Amino acid sequence: MYTARNYVVAASPEEAWELNQKKANAILGGGCWLRLGRRRYDTLIDLSGLSLDEIRLEGDTISLGAMVTLRQVETSPLLRESFGDYFSRCTRHIVGVQFRNCATVGGSVAARFGFSDPVTALLPLGCQVELVKAGRIPLEQYAAMPYDRDVLTHIHIPLPKYGRPVYESVRNTQTDLPVLTCAVAREENGLAAALGGRSGRPSLLRGADRDGLVEQAMKLSYVDNLRAGADYRRHLAKVLLNRACAQLEGGEQL
Amino acid sequence: MKTKYVSTGVRKKDAMSLVTGKPVYTGDMVPPNALRLKLLRSPHARAYIRSIDTSKAKLVPGVVCVLTWEDAPQSRFTTAGQTWPEPSPYDRLILDRQLRCCGDPVAIVAAETEQAAQQALKLIQVDYEVQTPLLDFTQAKDNPILVHPEDNFRALCDVGTDAKRNLVSTDCCEVGDVDEELKRCDVVLERTYNTLANSQAMMETFCTFTYLDEYGRLTVVSSTQVPFHARRILSNALEIPKGQIRVVKPRIGGGFGAKQSVVSELFPALVTKVTGRAAYICYTRQESMTNGSPRHQMQMRVRIGADRDGTIRAIDLHALSNAGAYGDHGPTTVGLVGHKSLALYGSLIASRFTSDVVYTNTMGGGAYRGYGATQGIYAVESAVNELAAQLGMDPTVIREKNMVRQGQTMPNYYGEPCNSCTLDQCMAAAKEHMDWDNKFPRRVLPNGHIRAVGVAMAMQGSGISAVDTASVEIRLNDGGFYTLLVGCTDMGTGCDTILAQMAADCLDCDIADISVRGVDTDQSPYDTGSYASSTTYVTGGAVVKTCAQLREKILAEGARLLGVSPEEAEFDGDKVFVPGTDRCITRKELGWASFEGHSRTLSASQSHSSPISPPPFMVGMAEIDLDPETGTVEVVDYVAEVDCGTVINTNLARVQTEGGIVQGIGMALYENVQYNAAGKLLNDSFLQYKIPTRLEAGTIRVAFHPSYEPTGPFGAKSIGELVINTPAPAITEAIRNATGLSFHSLPIRAEDIAMALEKQNHD
Amino acid sequence: MKLTLTLNGVRRTDEVAADTTLFSYLRDRGCLSVKCGCETSNCGLCTVWLEGKPVLSCSVPALRAQGKSVTTLEGLQEEAAQFGAYLADEGAEQCGYCSPGFVMNVLSMVRELDNPTDEEIKEYLAGNLCRCTGYQGQLRAIRRYLQEKGGAK
Repeated sequence: MYTARNYVVAASPEEAWELNQKKANAILGGGCWLRLGRRRYDTLIDLSGLSLDEIRLEGDTISLGAMVTLRQVETSPLLRESFGDYFSRCTRHIVGVQFRNCATVGGSVAARFGFSDPVTALLPLGCQVELVKAGRIPLEQYAAMPYDRDVLTHIHIPLPKYGRPVYESVRNTQTDLPVLTCAVAREENGLAAALGGRSGRPSLLRGADRDGLVEQAMKLSYVDNLRAGADYRRHLAKVLLNRACAQLEGGEQL
Repeated sequence: MKTKYVSTGVRKKDAMSLVTGKPVYTGDMVPPNALRLKLLRSPHARAYIRSIDTSKAKLVPGVVCVLTWEDAPQSRFTTAGQTWPEPSPYDRLILDRQLRCCGDPVAIVAAETEQAAQQALKLIQVDYEVQTPLLDFTQAKDNPILVHPEDNFRALCDVGTDAKRNLVSTDCCEVGDVDEELKRCDVVLERTYNTLANSQAMMETFCTFTYLDEYGRLTVVSSTQVPFHARRILSNALEIPKGQIRVVKPRIGGGFGAKQSVVSELFPALVTKVTGRAAYICYTRQESMTNGSPRHQMQMRVRIGADRDGTIRAIDLHALSNAGAYGDHGPTTVGLVGHKSLALYGSLIASRFTSDVVYTNTMGGGAYRGYGATQGIYAVESAVNELAAQLGMDPTVIREKNMVRQGQTMPNYYGEPCNSCTLDQCMAAAKEHMDWDNKFPRRVLPNGHIRAVGVAMAMQGSGISAVDTASVEIRLNDGGFYTLLVGCTDMGTGCDTILAQMAADCLDCDIADISVRGVDTDQSPYDTGSYASSTTYVTGGAVVKTCAQLREKILAEGARLLGVSPEEAEFDGDKVFVPGTDRCITRKELGWASFEGHSRTLSASQSHSSPISPPPFMVGMAEIDLDPETGTVEVVDYVAEVDCGTVINTNLARVQTEGGIVQGIGMALYENVQYNAAGKLLNDSFLQYKIPTRLEAGTIRVAFHPSYEPTGPFGAKSIGELVINTPAPAITEAIRNATGLSFHSLPIRAEDIAMALEKQNHD
Repeated sequence: MKLTLTLNGVRRTDEVAADTTLFSYLRDRGCLSVKCGCETSNCGLCTVWLEGKPVLSCSVPALRAQGKSVTTLEGLQEEAAQFGAYLADEGAEQCGYCSPGFVMNVLSMVRELDNPTDEEIKEYLAGNLCRCTGYQGQLRAIRRYLQEKGGAK
């Protein structure tokens, strides 16, 4: 469990940014992961006063505020309308409803954990993240960037133009962290896929077709850890990519 | 006998307080001024404390004391909650200078607040002499690294203990001549099976508070299954007379055997002894996982021999058990590996069971539901399944041919009689309920998944023969209600209610007229505690006896007040009356009368022990859905057919069964204890040690086939432990039927299956 | 720091530290139904409602409840007893330690899901661990409760 001396509900994104420049301070998402650490914080910065808990349609983009909970993502009618059960599939396995009512999408994306279901799901969609200082940048770029002290405020998800994407994951128990996550979406010139739980952060692959994705996936490195070995993960990458692509080729969701 | 409550689903007496969240657990009752305790724990699997500097820690405001090995008594003891003399060696100190596993306690910090205690922990400076740990239990016997080199180590019982060889115990028992008999067999199969430690993972972690009462005696309020053993262990460890200790057990948030060891009690007790202050410790989940009392890791070698027609003639079973750092329950759990697996086969002409239990520098083991039987049954039942496959037989048929039957004696179960057994009916019912003949062995679904079935049998005991002892007392109070005082420990299992059901039927009264109270060692009658599946059978036996005695007393007193001899009167539960007349005195009147002006307060107390431990039996069948690409196994359906003798509480017995099976599913598929190279446990949280959620539990269908156990109360045997034993072998077999792959280690992970299938496809 | 919230319908103000969890805050205020079973946000024992939604009180900083309403089982006694009776009639409370968090989440599910299927029930409650019951009796109790509640509508 962490300790903290101060707790500030930021009055503006700029204030949050200012406070976050100090290394001893931290932005508080849902608190679920933060408490696993034993760090001593000076000030916890709470973004819940900034109306960042809304999911909004803005033209051909759906905007998620950083404080939108994973449960909101899971159950949003707006997301469901455009993406079918994609966003429910990438969130429903995360611990439990109570956890998902706490955990925020901003927290998940900013942490960029390698096993992150939401990051895996968002990566192939051509999303942008919005940061207080850096402004809007592609998620693909953000996902690979080193951690800095900027503050994530929004995630902008373009509406799917080429059919609904597909999400797959394998877990040892249904609400455990995933052994491997896989998301595939159609793009203008082929397919984009993300694999998480692999090694390091989730990474984006592009290919003309299924075989192209699988070939690339087989070249990636995979990790041995408590949940599974690298060979199994590599095997699953192939299985899940094939399954996801089969669903994409089959048109709508299975 | 016609019963009103026995064999019904009476609601538990404490149910409504539990479901409405009443503060009835240890942690809900802590005195406000109690010191908060934190333990500094060893980061090393094996180390010697050269020195400890606690001076800085003591300066933290709010810190009241910091205790180290120098402050702790030097009498060795065991924390295993067993009847004295305990078979577990006396190999522990509250705080020891030699550390034997990661997490061994190094120092106790007691402070006014948890924060202060936490802060002080970080300021204790320890100079460790880090030693090479002994982590591989297959290399432990006669290893140059000695886990217990100390001179004052001692074993009270002759169980083959030899600390100089890292041996907690060693044993051999043979019926007939196994080697000769195996030579006569057409088929002999030899297999080695491996199981890991499992954490009980009860939702309430270990917790205790202690204080000195108004008489200056040490009161220990604790989540324990063994209050009376705890009193004795505390007395041994703290070097204070038993008479100076009182142990109180509130509601327990689950035990499953974990709390049959004294895990958290000693630390606050020592602090209270030293400071005179109330003290409270509540283990974190991590502490409960790393330094609790998990199931023993084992390796079992089975040699099984049969005729071509499937008659099983001989089994040779060897078990190697990893006690870890301390010998708690080591010598006794291993016994069940053999005695409660081999006895399933009445056909055996010869059998042998040998065992070694060894010390290593992994976490110390303890008692977990099933207590060795779980491991032994996994090995023997898996071997029988593989034997059936080799013989081309249906695994249910080979069992029908060989299973133990009512009326046999069980030579490898201490020669005890099989008085009551419907295992054959259980098997027949299981086949019908599972639709076995159609589902065995497998079918492939349109989505490529494989549905397959597997079977296993199991048994357990009902208490420890001629050791477990239970007493109860029943009082008739003014107004006519009864108080039932018990020393057994309801840990959610519902024994307080079950015993009240028996008492109400024995006394022909409404169950609401029976108030139950347990356990306070100052006030409750002696009971060895709730473990070894003893409570329904042994304490139930005491209830039946006590009720009979109380009925006699009520009758005698009623008759006296009516001015007749007891022979002329009868007691029907409500009144003592003289048949054929209108002369009677009600129970209520008797209650008042016995409380007024004379020395005949009506109370009875009887003890009970049984020379035998009648086994309950069951058949379990698992139907799995296996995804051959990912290896993922889902237990979709589980059929459990149970003979626990007369079912005392139909709801509670059913829920016990369902709960045991899901724990067994966890053991079979998910609960995967892993250590790093330095001997640190990696699965030390619910994040990393995955017990089944309701999404892993599938559908479980339970049916009872009651035999009548002549020595049991109302014909009852036990249920609590039996039910954890079938999932591991049944699921292992279902996976084999699905894939053709035989797995010999638990848990069987999706990864193991997928990668083995992948390899099979390539070969 | 000052925290003003509505706890089980009663508005109150307390002094809390920046790192006090909602769990500790509630236990310290006598809401002893709220239990803790782990340190890793996995068990669901500490479930309470924040603005009517089930959350893990062990993970939520107390100060995040500023100006909000918090409900524990102490504030839902009547409803807890109503549903709890079904659990009790199955013997599915067993040790009872997970019951408060479980009941909180069931009562939330009843508000959120209309006529849930068994699969939906299991998924909604997947974050509530129980080691005693094997979950079957809990499901039976929920089904019966929903049936009779539906009948009463």
